[in-house]
Amino acid sequence: MATAAVTAERENYLNQQYGIRSWLLTTDHKRIALLYLASITFFFFIGGFFALLIRLELLTPAGDLVQADTYNKLFSMHGQVMVFFFLIPSIPAVLGNFLVPLMIGAKDLAFPRINLLSWYLYAIAGLMYIHCILTGGVDTGWTFYTPLSTAFSNTKVIEAGLSIFVVGFSSILTGLNFVVTIHRMRAPGMTWSRLPLFIWAHYATSIIQLLGTPVLAITLVLVVLERALHLGIFDPKLGGDPLLFQHLFWFYSHPAVYIMILPSMGVITEIVPCFSRKRVFGYEFVAMASIAIAVIGFLVWAHHMFVAGISLYSAMIFSFLSYLVAIPSAIKVFNWTATMYKGSIRFSTPMLYAFGFIGLFTMGGLTGLFLAALGIDVHVTDTYFVIAHFHYIMVGGAVMGYLGGMHFWWPKISGRMYPESWGRLAALIVFLGFNLTFFPQFILGYLGMPRRYWQYPPEFQVLNVLSTAGSTILAVGYLLPMVYFLWSMRYGKVADDNPWGASGLEWMTTSPPPTFNFEETPVVTWEAYDYAHIPDPEEVAVER
Amino acid sequence: MFDNFPLWPVRASSGAATVDALYIFLVALSAFMSFAIFTMILVFAVRFRHRKGVEAEQIEGSLALETTWSVIPFFIFLFIFAWGAVIYFRERTPPRSAMEIYVVAKQWMWKLQHEEGQREINELHIPVGRDIRMIMTSQDVIHSFYVPAFRIKQDVLPGRYTMAWFHPTKPGTYHLFCAEYCGTQHSGMIGQVVVMEPAQYEAWLSGSPNVPLAETGQKIFAELGCSTCHRPDTQGRGPDLAGVFGKPVMLEDGRTVVADENYVRESILNPASKVVQGFKPIMPVFQGIVSEEQLSALVAYVKSLGQPGPGQTAGTSSAGPSNPPANEPAHEPKVQ
Amino acid sequence: MAVESHELALRHHFADPEQQRQAASLGMWVFLATEIMFFGGMFCAYLIYRYWYFNEFAAGSRSLDITLGTVNTAVLICSSLTVAMGVRAAQMGKNKLLVVLLLLTLVFGFAFLGIKGVEWYQKYEEHHIPGPSFDASDLIREYPQIHIDPQHSQIYFSLYFAMTGLHALHMVIGIGIFCYLTYFAVRGRYTPEYHTPVEIGGLYWHFVDIVWIYLFPLLYLIDRKPLG
Repeated sequence: MATAAVTAERENYLNQQYGIRSWLLTTDHKRIALLYLASITFFFFIGGFFALLIRLELLTPAGDLVQADTYNKLFSMHGQVMVFFFLIPSIPAVLGNFLVPLMIGAKDLAFPRINLLSWYLYAIAGLMYIHCILTGGVDTGWTFYTPLSTAFSNTKVIEAGLSIFVVGFSSILTGLNFVVTIHRMRAPGMTWSRLPLFIWAHYATSIIQLLGTPVLAITLVLVVLERALHLGIFDPKLGGDPLLFQHLFWFYSHPAVYIMILPSMGVITEIVPCFSRKRVFGYEFVAMASIAIAVIGFLVWAHHMFVAGISLYSAMIFSFLSYLVAIPSAIKVFNWTATMYKGSIRFSTPMLYAFGFIGLFTMGGLTGLFLAALGIDVHVTDTYFVIAHFHYIMVGGAVMGYLGGMHFWWPKISGRMYPESWGRLAALIVFLGFNLTFFPQFILGYLGMPRRYWQYPPEFQVLNVLSTAGSTILAVGYLLPMVYFLWSMRYGKVADDNPWGASGLEWMTTSPPPTFNFEETPVVTWEAYDYAHIPDPEEVAVER
Repeated sequence: MFDNFPLWPVRASSGAATVDALYIFLVALSAFMSFAIFTMILVFAVRFRHRKGVEAEQIEGSLALETTWSVIPFFIFLFIFAWGAVIYFRERTPPRSAMEIYVVAKQWMWKLQHEEGQREINELHIPVGRDIRMIMTSQDVIHSFYVPAFRIKQDVLPGRYTMAWFHPTKPGTYHLFCAEYCGTQHSGMIGQVVVMEPAQYEAWLSGSPNVPLAETGQKIFAELGCSTCHRPDTQGRGPDLAGVFGKPVMLEDGRTVVADENYVRESILNPASKVVQGFKPIMPVFQGIVSEEQLSALVAYVKSLGQPGPGQTAGTSSAGPSNPPANEPAHEPKVQ
Repeated sequence: MAVESHELALRHHFADPEQQRQAASLGMWVFLATEIMFFGGMFCAYLIYRYWYFNEFAAGSRSLDITLGTVNTAVLICSSLTVAMGVRAAQMGKNKLLVVLLLLTLVFGFAFLGIKGVEWYQKYEEHHIPGPSFDASDLIREYPQIHIDPQHSQIYFSLYFAMTGLHALHMVIGIGIFCYLTYFAVRGRYTPEYHTPVEIGGLYWHFVDIVWIYLFPLLYLIDRKPLG
């Protein structure tokens, strides 16, 4: 009902202050979220560019586009940029930062200045990494295995390692902020069992960030020291043990994958009830599943090491535990599906991304069962099967969750609607492009094509060509939202406070919210996902 | 591009079929589960799409359902785990009396050494129908020995031996890949495994005169002066090595270890780390003095001292130096 | 002045001072949990190598100056005492006492770092600093009855310097924090109603102290009974 003119005059966090200093010195969690949005998008395109070059090289069996060393740097940096500078921050630092205080009815996070510090750490680490890329890059694989990284590689291992060390602290501080905020800053009446499941997911994610990232940090410190001073902690020629590196590295890097997927699951758990007009099926189970994933996720790291030389019996233990961690994820998939039952389903763009997520995450998760099976893993580990598996989860899962969340909360963040037809088109393109890119890689993996191969035997070519074709389609799908989100900031339809008729405190304030989030601190007297009492948005529009 | 377009790897070992069986089961299970979920979602999306005047039904949950879809997957997963574990256990437990190949990996090539003495680079000729055991180490970084047709893979580490074994069942030529990223030419560190009929293999073996590996080891043993201390009589300042391989050894600090390949290797490179009970830590350190190839030969030699008799492996021209009569039956060492 | 500082101190996004205090306290505890994991990685490496290379670890440990190590332990324990007393002084509004105790803590902190510096210099003179000039022959000579591999010995000293170095870095940060606290205590900022920074600064200092309580026996007291 509000006209564009009236809305534009209303004060919100975007127009409250102008100028670059008001952005770079802000302590408003919403502005910091946008600072992160800009920086992670930048790194997404860098990582994506590396991926495109990789796929172009792999069009032909021979190494004919770039040199071997260059190719090795491309896949190493694609991995590091995507994991550390895009996926791990993405949802928590953008959507989490923006929404956590709003969803619990707080004015800001517990430590706004530490929030800003975490962005500056990210930015500094990002600059360090850009410098590393421009002055030679790193070619150890994203995993830095020793002794290759400490004693044999001739690239900028130390700089890359230190950059990731710094961005790790950005991640730790975000997690710290969320845990304290969720514990201490909930509005009156917002009990733990009334929290949106997005909050539960971020709470679990923060636990992992807090307990896991420091181990990566110290491991990188030891690698840097060893490379610089030849200390011998991981180098067998100096009395050290290369497997110790792998244990320490994977102790973080396995839980890290749950840092990447849990927030995405939290997003889906907000979208599905809204576009089914129904409360979530099994709220407590979904909440506990998030915590279970976080806890069990710390116990499975050596499933990355089944052929590395660990003992037979420890391999069996880790295989068994890896099956346990699949159960809470399965529970979530079943609960989302059950939420749709007897709902009133709409196919808006966020819901399309949710459908895509559920399908692709299911497939990615099922292929995890293959990898957890010891006998199969021996054959497919270090092949394209693993690459397909984790891209199904990270891209088919986490990135689709991120995009779905961005579409869902875009009206709240920007005060504008994105163009719905373009949104649906992009979701479809992403889904199709993704499957064409990564499904052939399962077949390639079982055939035996190893990963990190610059050149390959000719019989693998057809599947590689299919994969590359898919990647170009996927790239288009990712470019579209960039374009129309920017377009919408100027030309998009002005958004209502609650265009989707969604539950959650964030929808009870204006779009965009004022700097201090709420005119008055809300007092919560209702359960989460109270869709029985929230009017359908179309009915509201008709009434007007 | 389209003339050779396989979608399934060839099966060339006894283990390949067992791995494929579990894989096919998992593919079927995944296809079924995916299909079930996708269909349910499709049906719900259509059946329960938004229609004016039709409200959603608020359903809180169902303990029965939650329990069912937690417990049933748990048991299915347990089944898959057990199946995979059994396959893995067999993969990591080589049979006794396997033919042995010593492998030294380095950036960026595979060096393979037969017991009979033949050396190969990036190519491995083996007879069909025999158990083959690889004893592998790296000269530099971590590599990984991978033969898709056999469905086996094992990381090859610097500083120690790791093992893999297989039983080829089909003559032919199969890819050998390095599967652990190892630097610039990682994707060039490939080769082939040539499985031959037994007669052809014999012909290949005798094609070039070669000194059996254990005999080479015996020469090195003498050259380096090992026989000065490691003597069969009681004058030796070091333990007599006859019959030692594969048996438990009591150490000075009270521990007991099995004398496997890694033990022999460590005893040569870093003798004081495990001193046999009753002896002093006076053996010189050979780290930096012996190459990996020489180490393989020495290990083969010590192993040959532990064999109960000549003629263990068919087709070898010599079983190595004469073996003292074994007091105990040969004991297969624990695999790493 | 006290009332002003109380009002100044409440940040706008908190509902009341109690919420702010609880948030700060929980924040520091959570941060210390991350620090445990940070040090934990190195403790893990230490435990594994100590199990494998016990002789070299024992010999290396005996080469450390146990007197200086014990003195340093006592220094840190005393500093934790002054910190705890300082928090109490703040709670009771005894500002002068608080300032004295904070200054004493700083003195202890500097003393610790100074003694650490002396110990490291000793290691430098004995050629026990890992790197090109590392030389374990003195240990080999000193303990003929056990076998010492110089490479394994270097791993002991690598971990020694990495762990005490990381700890010393945390001490330096702690000293920085306490300089900050002392400055504002002198300005009268801390009152019985508001002294959260003193409390959480104290928590941090106690943590750094506890890390040392673990480091000391692990590094200095391996197998100190007479050898042979």
